[in-house]
Amino acid sequence: MQQIINFIIRFKNFLLFLFLFCIALTFTILSHSYHTSKFINSANFFTGGFYKSFHHISRYMNLNSQNDLLAEENRALRDLLYNTESLDDSTYIDTASYKNDYRVYSAQVIKNSYSITNNILTLNKGKKDSIQQDLGVISSKGIIGIIEKTSANYSSVLSILNTTSRISAQLKKTNHFGTLVWEGVSPEYIKLIDIPKIAPVQPGDTIITSGRSSIFPKGIQIGIVNDFKLDQTENYYEVQVKLFNDMTDLEHVYIIENLHTEEIKSLQRESADE
Amino acid sequence: MNSILSVHTVRFIILILLQVLILNHINFLGYINPYIYILFIALYPIKNNRITIIFLSFLLGMIIDIFQDSGGIHAGASVFIAYARPVFLKFAFGTMFEHQILKFNTIEFSSKLTYFTLLTFTHHFVLFTLEIFSFSKIILILEKTLFSSIFTILLSIILTIIFSKKIK
Repeated sequence: MQQIINFIIRFKNFLLFLFLFCIALTFTILSHSYHTSKFINSANFFTGGFYKSFHHISRYMNLNSQNDLLAEENRALRDLLYNTESLDDSTYIDTASYKNDYRVYSAQVIKNSYSITNNILTLNKGKKDSIQQDLGVISSKGIIGIIEKTSANYSSVLSILNTTSRISAQLKKTNHFGTLVWEGVSPEYIKLIDIPKIAPVQPGDTIITSGRSSIFPKGIQIGIVNDFKLDQTENYYEVQVKLFNDMTDLEHVYIIENLHTEEIKSLQRESADE
Repeated sequence: MNSILSVHTVRFIILILLQVLILNHINFLGYINPYIYILFIALYPIKNNRITIIFLSFLLGMIIDIFQDSGGIHAGASVFIAYARPVFLKFAFGTMFEHQILKFNTIEFSSKLTYFTLLTFTHHFVLFTLEIFSFSKIILILEKTLFSSIFTILLSIILTIIFSKKIK
């Protein structure tokens, strides 16, 4: 017993170091797996409030560019509005079935991140605004990510610039689809893998969401093809996509809720069980 | 003793604020950020208990981690250099460290540079290894370590030069 105590006293520095280093390692490993970083995230009460108050100051810096963005979007929406009205005159639209597919909430990014390999954003809307896990997040130019966790007033977003993120996407001109992944290098480019070799890919083609995941509706723009090559198996293309979104400059975003998620998921579950 | 304690408390808080509010958003050339908060660990008095500094470094790293959503990578790297600090001190200052007469205000520039360089490179290497967490990307790890280290070392040397004059 005496010797054990002596041992502990002699190596107390090393033991403390080992103990704390193991704690840090555990947190790191936990944060690398999806949906498990329970309390080390910036959507909690203390850090969320802190970022919010600093955000009040920093948002003045880029008011101009954000105003331009909003004006541009207003114009696009107005375009859409007038086009629909003119359509109403000539054709019949089944409003009962299509108007209530998606609900859109607006939110602001209070903490952006794009330089590390697993980027997570914080938004100023949470459970109180009926935001839940697994809703899609987009900006006026393209997709941003998926809601990962929510607290009462804040929510954290798993950015597309995260090496653990997987989002289904397709070519705009044909229906060949693949998976979007990020390799942790540049915030301007993202990689689209598993596109069949038979697909007619050209530099300059537009990439959109495929609507297969029930998180994002089909047809949200992502980026254009910058470069492409065959992967190691030579059966699929690896496409380098240049994002429309400037992920380093985000402010106003929209959260999209698919009102039929439950229905789709239960149907898929039933089919899988049979 | 009280004034030393308050100086270090103030330094602890100011370095955290500087890091999370300004330096984490620099992103020079897309991904290069200085991690200046390790100055607290570098300049912590040598005569004090080693347990205290290991524990304080863990706290410091954890706070940065919570703000950056990065799990425990800063905590791990900080604890590592806090534990390994005597080795660097001995290498950079030699006998001055062994006789316990070392004061950070009065040391030569060249040995200070050696000390900061060793500390920063070790810290950044552990940090980026934990962040990227895969040995197949060792080139990316080394690249990030090199560029961020240069940035951090420059900034810490400038900061220590600016603030050492006030103390005299």
